[in-house]
Amino acid sequence: MDIHEYQAKEILAEYGVKIAEGGLAYSPEEAVQRAREIGGNIWVVKAQIHSGARGKAGGIKICRTHDEVKAAAEELLGKKLVTHQTGPAGKVCSRVYVEAGTDIAKELYLCFLLDRSHERIVMVGSAQGGMEIEKLAETNPEAIKKIYIEPAVGLQDFQARKMAFALGLETAQLNQAVKTIKGCYRALRDLDANMLEINPLVTTSNGELIALDAKMGFDDNALFRRHKIAELRDKTQVDPREVAAAEHGLSYIGLDGDIGCMINGAGLAMATMDMIQLAGGEPANFLDVGGGASAERTEKAFRLVLADKGVKAMLVNIFAGINRCDWIAEGVVHAVKNIDMKIPLIVRLSGTNVKEGRRIIAESGLPIIMAETLAEAAEKAVQARNEMVAKQGEHSGNSN
Amino acid sequence: MKWSQNKGNTVAILINETTRIIVQGFTGKIGTFHAQDMINYGSNVVGGITPGKGGQQHLGLPVFNTVKEAVQQVGAEASIIFVPPAFAADSIMEAADAGIKYCVAITDGIPTQDMMTVKNFLRRFPEKERMILTGPNCAGTISPGRAMLGIMPGHIYMQGHVGIVGRSGTLGYEAADQMKALGIGISTSVGIGGDPINGSSHRDILKIFEEDSETRIVLMIGEIGGPQEVEAGIFAKENMGKPLIAYIAGLTAPEGRRMGHAGAIISSAGESAAEKVAILRDLGVTICPTPAAMGTTVAEVLGRLA
Repeated sequence: MDIHEYQAKEILAEYGVKIAEGGLAYSPEEAVQRAREIGGNIWVVKAQIHSGARGKAGGIKICRTHDEVKAAAEELLGKKLVTHQTGPAGKVCSRVYVEAGTDIAKELYLCFLLDRSHERIVMVGSAQGGMEIEKLAETNPEAIKKIYIEPAVGLQDFQARKMAFALGLETAQLNQAVKTIKGCYRALRDLDANMLEINPLVTTSNGELIALDAKMGFDDNALFRRHKIAELRDKTQVDPREVAAAEHGLSYIGLDGDIGCMINGAGLAMATMDMIQLAGGEPANFLDVGGGASAERTEKAFRLVLADKGVKAMLVNIFAGINRCDWIAEGVVHAVKNIDMKIPLIVRLSGTNVKEGRRIIAESGLPIIMAETLAEAAEKAVQARNEMVAKQGEHSGNSN
Repeated sequence: MKWSQNKGNTVAILINETTRIIVQGFTGKIGTFHAQDMINYGSNVVGGITPGKGGQQHLGLPVFNTVKEAVQQVGAEASIIFVPPAFAADSIMEAADAGIKYCVAITDGIPTQDMMTVKNFLRRFPEKERMILTGPNCAGTISPGRAMLGIMPGHIYMQGHVGIVGRSGTLGYEAADQMKALGIGISTSVGIGGDPINGSSHRDILKIFEEDSETRIVLMIGEIGGPQEVEAGIFAKENMGKPLIAYIAGLTAPEGRRMGHAGAIISSAGESAAEKVAILRDLGVTICPTPAAMGTTVAEVLGRLA
């Protein structure tokens, strides 16, 4: 789960990390009010969306008057920002963060994340902050310092000092640097975060070290014990279909294609989507219905897939282990009858009680296309989709 | 490591028909269902653990308060965990501490930091005494015809000489089913789970298959995210005499989106399906071009061996 910059900054401030003075606003008037409270004569108005690279997308505005603050907030609030991380759909900005302008001397990079190879947290830093770390890793990997943290003992002072020197900080800044770096690590560990990035971490002309941006991601599996973090969830930043799916214990991800999918198990779901692509189609979604695909859940899953009006055909692929094919078949028949489907449905059942499952579907009298193998299922789905598209084309041709 | 070899008549890695199995989270609904299923398959389940219910009988078997008691009283060697996510890491460490040799963690949803603690705890044991852990978030391990330590439908697996290691449960079933349809059997199938940090990696299981006299070739079923498939490919090139076949799921997966499994997310270079396939191919691994061709690719490679 991701949170907003202002939320991450509030957390980090509690852990002793210095941030610029700032406040949240939901309206242009509030934004001006925040600027007044902060004082000074330069402010930064920042769109709060769950994405990096906001600057390039026009989501960060430097303002020199209250009118400029107001204009910036007016422009950003309600706007859809598209960055290379949001995908073409973009993300809506419904709150802005107004921050005091900072007199930047140097931009640095600091990040903590899970290294799956080493099975521990790695701290990554660079004296060359601001730019994308991926690009820096390609062009100048020596400029990046990595320090692995032993989980049993945690981040030690000498490691924080090592990083501070790698960041090119001066001796006078050492104490604040160690405090900042250790504070970040404690926040990550205490709150079950799996990612914390400060880009840029800046030094000011009077030698202070400030987190100018902050990004945190949390382990979904640990939210059951991090209630305060779970409350920070902003549903406006997530595809509403994913939110609805999660409420029913389903795992859904909307994609750009037009063949809807309902599959049990994440691996089989990915493989089935691959098979659709290899057969010449494009999946409309990833949907894992999980182990206990009851009739009720099956219907929910169907409704979720069909809510995407661009879907031209739907493929159900279930390999029943704990589940039984006859139960799945009953669920599918029930869902199709309840929903009044207008697009072709292809069903492939395999595993426990497969014969019984196929019989139930055959005897239902519904126009369900059956497939025996994974390859056949994908081919039939793509074929049905193509026929549907041709038919719709003909239809719109007639009405013209 | 074939610690179960000394007791059984047949050789299979990790588990065989005589391996004494306990169930942690025995008396719960899920634990009960799968314990019965494993017994029906022929696994040698000797009891279970539910703290506070020690001394009771369940499914005609003894319930213990601690894993240590089960090791001492019924000689438990292997364990399967159905404990809820919040308590599962603790149960895994209890099994390791009690001297269990092999543990399968079925539980889905264990926090990543808990798994870092578990791995750290396991590393403190000398390698020879260290419990082997597979999972969490997996379907378990099966040596067809001998024993099942998992939640898979046992009847789709035919006994034979192909080793399978994979992250996904149902995709593993798909592979076993395709192979059965072609008359190809399996020595052992190991699910390593879909989490970012797991007990054993693909490479760890390849090491075991390379030493297993029952296994002639290995099918690795991987997916997007993480470094494990590539690490396994490098291991195979440098250390394996047996052919390795691989399928990597997730060609259509977009970057930065978690595809169901907590570990199935492309977060850095080299983690997409296409990149993994290219690297594995360069390492000499035979690639299944499609998920529908897992059975036929295995058949081809077996044919070349014969």
